[in-house]
Amino acid sequence: GYLDEQFIQLEDLQDEANPNFVEEVVKLFYTDSARLLRKIDLALDDRPFDFEKLDDVMHQFMGSSSSIGAKRVQRKCTEFQEYSKDGNFEGCTRTFQEVKHEYATLKKKLENYFQLAKVAR
Amino acid sequence: MNLGMNFTSSSSSWKSNDKASDQFPAGLRVLVVDDDPTCLRILEKMLRNCLYEVTKCNRAEIALNLLRDNKNGYDVVLSDVHMPDMDGFKLLELVGLEMDLPVLMMSADDSMDVVLKGVTHGACDYLIKPVRMEALKNIWQHVVRKKKHEWKEKDFEQSGSFEEGEKCQKPLEDVDYSSSANEGNWRGSKKRKDEEDESEDRDDTSQLKKPRVVWSVELHQQFVNAVNQLGIDKAVPKKILELMNVPGLTRENVASHLQKFRLYLRRLSSASPHQNALNNSFMGPSDPTFLNGLDFQALAASGQIPSQSLATLQAATLGRSTTKSTIPVALVDQRNIFSFENPQQRNNTGKQQVNLLHGIPTNMDSKQLANLQQSAYMSQSNLVPSHTVQPQPRTQLLNDIAGTRVSRNGIDFSRSNSEMRVSKNVVPNYDVYNEINQNRNQDWTLQNVGSTYGSSLHGGPDVLRPVLVESGFSSKGQSSIPVKSLGIDQQFNSSLVDNSLRVKAEMGFENGLYSGHFGQDDLMSAILKQQEGMGPVGNEFGFDGYHLDNLPV
Repeated sequence: GYLDEQFIQLEDLQDEANPNFVEEVVKLFYTDSARLLRKIDLALDDRPFDFEKLDDVMHQFMGSSSSIGAKRVQRKCTEFQEYSKDGNFEGCTRTFQEVKHEYATLKKKLENYFQLAKVAR
Repeated sequence: MNLGMNFTSSSSSWKSNDKASDQFPAGLRVLVVDDDPTCLRILEKMLRNCLYEVTKCNRAEIALNLLRDNKNGYDVVLSDVHMPDMDGFKLLELVGLEMDLPVLMMSADDSMDVVLKGVTHGACDYLIKPVRMEALKNIWQHVVRKKKHEWKEKDFEQSGSFEEGEKCQKPLEDVDYSSSANEGNWRGSKKRKDEEDESEDRDDTSQLKKPRVVWSVELHQQFVNAVNQLGIDKAVPKKILELMNVPGLTRENVASHLQKFRLYLRRLSSASPHQNALNNSFMGPSDPTFLNGLDFQALAASGQIPSQSLATLQAATLGRSTTKSTIPVALVDQRNIFSFENPQQRNNTGKQQVNLLHGIPTNMDSKQLANLQQSAYMSQSNLVPSHTVQPQPRTQLLNDIAGTRVSRNGIDFSRSNSEMRVSKNVVPNYDVYNEINQNRNQDWTLQNVGSTYGSSLHGGPDVLRPVLVESGFSSKGQSSIPVKSLGIDQQFNSSLVDNSLRVKAEMGFENGLYSGHFGQDDLMSAILKQQEGMGPVGNEFGFDGYHLDNLPV
């Protein structure tokens, strides 16, 4: 399961008046999260490491992911935050790669999902 | 009458809401603030599905402007905690101060201390992200609850003055008066659905349209002046109201304003760990106009404080973020000075002190306070010695107490939950302080007490009186509780109380600089203490702009 009940809630919100609501929200998520992920990438390249900033940006990203129900991504984010709170740079970089991986997977799956939904409609 | 027209329009909107909603008030006007566009969009959609009227913005600044431009335009505010331009807690406090709207916080962060922070800052609720529909469906309850509290207070006060059918007219009249007398604005209340039954018991439906008073600088100034004039021990809302002589202002308004101020003082005293946050919230660059205006006006109005000091104060507040230790000292000294000044210059400088304190919550800066203090010091040479000795221990004590207070706030709140009244805010303060004082038992506090009391205070009875008065103020009938907790009965306790009061005052003062919300009680108590029954010390009592009802119960 890549998406949890929250995603279902979003789908429930979709109605006649907003037929593409979920897709719209997910697109917003892509844009915003791309920005955040980039920020984290840069912060990880920065020296000295600013763990607080990392934690902060990751928190934002986690918030977005959770609001669309991307629970695997969200879990990875939590893992990342544990490392950043400990000041564990190695852990952060490693986990961040995993976050990006989950994010990419999710994106792909969502794209497939929306394609199917369109066909189904 | 513009206000009259507003009144009718709000009442009509209320009626339409009434018709439209079945299960919950549709048309509830929600302002949602979140920097995350994904969340914002989702929330907007969810709220629309709840049949609420949604306005979204992604910056706290924008939100504040929207709220200010349209004071009557929103019923509830939903704000994220982590925002880039302004801390959500700061926004929370500002909204509570300026507009007295219920504010709900949201965050993906569900750690206990953050939630506690939200609660202590006066959030009506704290939602964990991802926010679910069910949670949003219930937010209207907070609006109703809040209004209900306000109504209850006003009912107590207005029972004599308002009669059936008069209520509608009176606010209109008051509107005229108040608009000319000061800048107080009256707003019709909006949601009366659930309260309708209740209010009909007391009065007619006209009560439903409870006008909301906006405590403008001038209005607050008058309030503070009145409280000063009356003196802490005599500054009961009724008398304050009479002194203020603002038509249309009810004792309830005054009382709730007082409550808020107490809350503010309490937060000041208890929020030393949060001081920075509070400070940022108040002094942050986010709202220079408001804060500055408030400060300057308040201070300048008194004419006692040079505008330069005010400017410095403001600048200091804005710039202050990490100088905790220095500020407390400065604040404490200032406060002591002012409190001492107050009795002496009751008639003339009462305003000064009041204004200063008034300004403090919004924009006081440590440096500025220090400036003020210094000037105060010079004028109060005899008083200064007793205070100058204490800067360092005070700092520690303040910080310690602040720390303890914060940790106790959870307890206090949990305790107060059962009470569900304004007084609960006061009670915890006193209890906490008393405990703190007792726990601390630091020499300096006792010494200070002795020295200060020896020099200027009369001792137990005088001290007790202000405390009692303050208790009476805050609890409105539940004063017995705070009094008992303070142990006023005992002389020893009274000295402790003095200490606690003083500490509170210091902390309140300090907090005033920082955030303006916390430590209201403390500040007031401190001032009371200082004044020692000298008379009108209630300058801080005047600062009742903050509704204790805002406090989450």
